[in-house]
Formats: sequence, C-alpha cells, structure tokens
Amino acid sequence: MSTADRVTKIVSEHLGVQESDVTPEASFIDDLGADSLDIVELVMAFEEEFGVEIPDDAAEKITTVKDAITYIDEHQG
Amino acid sequence: MRRVVVTGLGLVTPLGADVETSWKNIIAAKSGAATITRFDATDFHTNYACEVKAPDHEYGFDAGKRVDHKIQRQVDPFIVFGIDAAGQAIEDAGLTDMTEEERLRAGCSIGSGIGGLPGIESESLVLEHKGPKRVSPHFVHGRLINLISGQVSIKYGLMGPNHAVVTACSTGAHSIGDAARMIAMDDADVMLAGGAESAICPIGIAGFGQARALSTGFRDDPTRASRPYDVDRDGFVMGEGAGVVVLEEYERAKARGAKIYAEVLGYGLSGDAYHVTAPHPEGSGAFRSMQMAMKKSGLTLAEIDYINAHGTSTPLGDELELGAVRKLFGSALDTASMSSTKSAIGHLLGGAGAVESIFCILAMRDQIVPPTLNLDNPSENCAGVDLVPHKAKERKVKAVLNNSFGFGGTNASLVMAAV
Repeated sequence: MSTADRVTKIVSEHLGVQESDVTPEASFIDDLGADSLDIVELVMAFEEEFGVEIPDDAAEKITTVKDAITYIDEHQG
Repeated sequence: MRRVVVTGLGLVTPLGADVETSWKNIIAAKSGAATITRFDATDFHTNYACEVKAPDHEYGFDAGKRVDHKIQRQVDPFIVFGIDAAGQAIEDAGLTDMTEEERLRAGCSIGSGIGGLPGIESESLVLEHKGPKRVSPHFVHGRLINLISGQVSIKYGLMGPNHAVVTACSTGAHSIGDAARMIAMDDADVMLAGGAESAICPIGIAGFGQARALSTGFRDDPTRASRPYDVDRDGFVMGEGAGVVVLEEYERAKARGAKIYAEVLGYGLSGDAYHVTAPHPEGSGAFRSMQMAMKKSGLTLAEIDYINAHGTSTPLGDELELGAVRKLFGSALDTASMSSTKSAIGHLLGGAGAVESIFCILAMRDQIVPPTLNLDNPSENCAGVDLVPHKAKERKVKAVLNNSFGFGGTNASLVMAAV
C-alpha cells in the first residue's frame, strides 16, 4: 500500500470520515472536523505506522493530508 | 418547593440496550451473568460478570446508534453507555428540540462510581512500554467521571447545571436525588440524571477480588452466582451499563402534555462513619437514609408497595439492609414486596441506583415487581418478608423505595410514586 493509501486509512479511522473525503487537499481541521487534540493523535498514529519521528514544530506545519504524506515520504528511513 | 417528575427513561444493561428489552428480560427472570469475554479471566479471583452484550447478541448494544465514531474511540465505555442512555431518555421525553431559552434551564447530573478504569489501565501500560509520547491526548477527558455530563451537554446544548456525583455504588441514586433538588430549588427546569459504569477489566476484577467483594464460587454456572438473601451467596457479580432519567418540573411537564412516569417525592442521604468497605454493623446509615427519604416524601410506611433493595449478594450487606428495613418498616413490611434486581444484572456500581430507580418506575407502570433470582434458601432473617423469589409478581405498585449504599459508608434512598 502506498503512503497516501495508508495515511488515508488512518485519517478515516481516527476521524470517523469516509475515505473518499480524505483528499490530498483536505484540511484536517477545516474539512475533516478534527480539533487540535485529534491532530496530536493523528501524528502519533503516523509515527507508529511509518516509524518516523514528527517533532512538535514539524507537526504544527502539517495541516492537510498532502502535508502529512509529503513529510512521511521525505523522512521515512 | 417545586414538584419534580420523571418524563423520560434510558437504559443500557447486561439484559438489553434499551428500556423495554431490559425490563422484559428482568420480568422474564433472565440472568445477564456469563463468563467474561472482554479478557481471559481464568486466573483471576472470578471469571464471570454481567457484561453489556456485543452488537451481534440478541440484546446486544450498538454504540454507533447514538455515539459518534470519533467519540467512541476517545472515551471509556462508561461514557459511551452514559451518552446512549441519556439519548434514549431525552428522546423518550420528547425534548431533543428544546429552544435556547429552555436549554439554558436544562442540565445534567450523570455520574459514575469509578470512571474510566479500563482506559487508565491500558494507557498506563502504553506509558510503561512505549513512553509518555504515546499516551493518548484524549486520555484525561476520556476517563473523567463528569465527562458523561460534559459530552451530553455538548451534544444536546444543555446549558443548565452540569454536575457529576461520585459516591461509589450510591452514585446513581445521589445523582437523581441531587438533580431533583436542583429542580425543586429552581436552579433548573429539566435535568438528565443517572449513572454509568464499565469496570470489567483486569485491574477492576483484580481490585474488587482482592477486596474480597466478588462472588467466586460459581464458575460452572455464573447465572447462579448473584443470589441476594440466599444462604449460599458469596459476594457480588460485577455488572456494567447505564441508567438515565429525565427529571422535569411538574407544572412544565403537565403544560406540555408530557408522559409522566412518576414523581420524586423523597430523597435521603447519610454516612455510616464506620468503615471504608464494611457496612455499619447495625445498619444505622441505611436506616437513617431510608428514614429521611420517607419523611421528605410525606408518605406513610404502609404506602410503600415495593422496595428495590441494594441487595448486592454479599454475606454481610444483605442481612444488614434487611435488618434496617425491618426496623424502620415494622409491620408495614407485611404489605410490601422487596427484591434485588442485582440478582439478574449484577452490580452496576455507580449505575446501579439509576438503573434500579428505572425498574421501580416500570414496576409502577406495569403493576408488576421484578424477582430476586436464585433465592433458593433464604437466610434465617428473611422469614416473613416477600423477597419475590424466582418469579416476577403482579401486584399493586403505587409507591416505591430504592436503596443504594456505597464504599466509604455513603447511603442514598429515593421514594417515588405514581402521579
């Protein structure tokens, strides 16, 4: 499964939204109904799934699905 | 003081995910006890409990019906049960579409005895094995006891008093009593009141097991384990679930043509001031709690038709409660029936008082009292008391008394009557 598919799955499961709504441009807060704590939880899930470390200052810049995919692809071992 | 009535009911129990299913099964003398499925309890003090059943069960609970997927993932099961029972109650009362003005005068008083024990247990293990950066950001507010009231108030926009009682196994009764007083004192017009619990997890069973509170001797047939007043009783069977009622100021309920189930007439509270787990040896706290509730109700003892006992199936507690009831009621007990529905659904701890208050209300609605299961050989002190063994009994039920007693020596009694 591609990074994008795995991210989509995690976001859908954590936020209770349809996978079809998890488009690359979708904003976690504005489009997918997340609050700031949901983002903390999502970042934790990405770290677990992909074995990457996402420091707080980097996490703050991840606001869309695409941001997450890009960060993971750039930092994955 | 303003009069307070019950206009909505909601239940999640080991015998049903709604009021009518739970009640039908209680009256049919079914037991919710079985071997624990949530985890392997083989090596624990006991391996049985009364679990709320999975969605695929005949009377299982579907969390998705009233609780958002995201919230289900974030909070402990006691909050999920509480939100669902509150939803049932507010739907039953026809109050899901209140105006902003009404919602400013509508509140919540839904508590729990223990709160989010399964989540505290599992996140502690995450902390131990994976470190602080893996603990859920929803850990705190997903476990806190007042978060049923919090979640429900957000869901339905209830801006009145937001309260949550924590008095162990008296929680449900105190929640209703406190909320009724808030309405009587004009702090609110409508209150969602009750309690919830879900502590059937390894640390919960181990903790109560170590406190020597649980039944342990019925692994072969758990349905026989909860047997209040029976000579072979050996402790309580842990239950889980939630009960929530809608309390409403009487004139308001009447004016909107609401279905009125019962009136809350009396509320009594007391402390044993004796021991953290053992009840007072003369049942003095229980006695004073019932006495206060009766006095406030304005009813005579002879008017009480049904007593839903605390009756947890512990060797000491059942006898002491019975003694206190006898002492207070005297010959008025001759015309009353008294049973323990914990024989069927186990002990719902912080949910018990609310769930059992709902059973009391349904007993008045249907003129039938629920049975005490497994009462094969009543202990000596039971002679002459109608403990409704084995089978439900049709009879006049116009006024009821409900007792709840908790660790710490905290006691609550409620008197309700048909309007």
